[in-house]
Amino acid sequence: MKRQTLQWVFSLLGAIILLFILAPVLGLLFSSSPLKLFETAKDPEVKNSILLTLGTSMGGTLLFALAAVPFSWILARYSFPLKKLVTAIIDLPVVIPHSAAGIAVLGFLSRDTWLGKASSAAGFNFVGHPAGIMIAMAFVSLPYLINAARDGFISVPERLEKAALTLGASPVRVFFTISLPLAWKNILSGLILMFARGMSEFGAVVIIAYHPMITPVLIYERFTSFGLKYAQPVSVIFILVVLVFFMMIRLLLSSSKKN
Amino acid sequence: MLKLTGVNKDLRGFCIKDISFTVEDGDYFILLGPSGAGKSILLETIAGLLRSDSGTIELGGREITKLPIQQRKVGLVFQDHAIFPHMKVRKNLAYAQHGLPHEEIKNKIAGLSSKLGIEDLLERYPSSLSGGELQRVALARTMIQEPEILLLDEPLSSMDSQLKTEIRALLRQIHRAGQTIMHVTHDYEEALSLGNRIAVMDHGSILQSGTPDEVFHHPRNGFVAHFIGIRNFIPARIIMYGGLPFAETPGGMKIRLGSVQENLKGFVMIRGEDIVLSAAALDSSASNVFEGKVEEIIATPNGFDICVNAGEKLHALITGISRNKLGIKEGIQIWLNFKATAVKFIEE
Repeated sequence: MKRQTLQWVFSLLGAIILLFILAPVLGLLFSSSPLKLFETAKDPEVKNSILLTLGTSMGGTLLFALAAVPFSWILARYSFPLKKLVTAIIDLPVVIPHSAAGIAVLGFLSRDTWLGKASSAAGFNFVGHPAGIMIAMAFVSLPYLINAARDGFISVPERLEKAALTLGASPVRVFFTISLPLAWKNILSGLILMFARGMSEFGAVVIIAYHPMITPVLIYERFTSFGLKYAQPVSVIFILVVLVFFMMIRLLLSSSKKN
Repeated sequence: MLKLTGVNKDLRGFCIKDISFTVEDGDYFILLGPSGAGKSILLETIAGLLRSDSGTIELGGREITKLPIQQRKVGLVFQDHAIFPHMKVRKNLAYAQHGLPHEEIKNKIAGLSSKLGIEDLLERYPSSLSGGELQRVALARTMIQEPEILLLDEPLSSMDSQLKTEIRALLRQIHRAGQTIMHVTHDYEEALSLGNRIAVMDHGSILQSGTPDEVFHHPRNGFVAHFIGIRNFIPARIIMYGGLPFAETPGGMKIRLGSVQENLKGFVMIRGEDIVLSAAALDSSASNVFEGKVEEIIATPNGFDICVNAGEKLHALITGISRNKLGIKEGIQIWLNFKATAVKFIEE
């Protein structure tokens, strides 16, 4: 086969893949009338679920980043015994079925565990609480942040950190003024990936908290209780919110890349 | 004064062994050695990026062996400058001045940048700078800490010859202003043109140190000699023949030389410039006349290095005109002529 023919065949295969992704999404977007969408958008149940979803995912991402980013730096800079095992453990949530992940997290947070008892004593319960949702979301989405941040730190030449040390900076200052800013692009895209992954999580969250309802759970509930027609508008609105969010972050990211 | 005593560091395959030397205040000290000799490890150990396994390092009368990097007063300039790419030049220069009053930092930067000719670069990002500009910025960023000693890791490598000349002049200027410098390189010409003290290093050990004159005229062994560009450095033993001293080499050459004691063992050293090539044996004042075969012709910046095998391989340096006149090609027979006074004997 000629090179050009091959190019055409491969491009055609690419077009089929694109269509495969776009067709259902576009079909969904045009499934509901604008009026119906407008009505759904005003529905407080929908609004609250979207706010809850964005909030818990964002909160979980930022909270866990405080520990995950420094940890990624350690993974990038040092070799230690069992490092391969540690890396495998980090990737574990990606391969575990998400409902099973939810069961695992529930077993860890439920009332009769020490963590559950401690939280009960503090006056709240992870199960059926936004904090529990955050943990379930973070459990399945953390690997994306850690891996992206680790790659970011690896791409920062170690001698820049060494140079900063010889200029009298403390290791903490070197981390915040050299390593972190230079790995920032990777870390930011890791944060976005983790945020997005957490937001779209259904399986793990539904086991920890059916209520309060995050949007993916709400969509499922409307589908099982009322049918496809009722699930479609919520799905469309959720997809639109997510898209607007990503476009904003992408724009932010590309403008920070230029500087 | 920087003084190392018995410093050892083992680092996964690379190591430095029992390093002792002294750099006096105001010295331009050159550490000369091939890549992989352990030069960079040594610099990083002095700077404190690596902790030595044993031995002591003193600087300005204080022992700094176990001091944290920031208290050492040692300034290290990295081979590829290591300028922070996300900061403007001004911020790079201010990095080491953390915590000082704003006005003081500004004045220091102004003073140093005019000295190093980088005033116009202060508001630029490193990605828009040339190699020479980066080198100046790197020097300024390190010198702003007023280090007791400036450590330079291969500061002239990967530069074209014009830029080399420019940066060499700058380094001389910095040194003349009173800065003690330790400069690591693999280039002996660089060592000759800049240093007033030289140490030759290989496989993690210092083989020889001294003034350039001492090292270049009395290399202690074959490695040092070859590394500093001396091609004719041949092991020999002194024998007497008809009442005159000769250096006998393993290849059977008997080289006449000035008065030396019998039975000494060591090396003979002959500068390539001192060997005259001729098509036939010359009747001249040269008491060493040998016939040999041309084995290799190597182009040099000033002409050709002709390698002739006359029992030992000797290198003669000649111009292109002389080469053409004698019609020198690989494989031909030729005569080597040199005076006994051109032969230097170095006792082992």
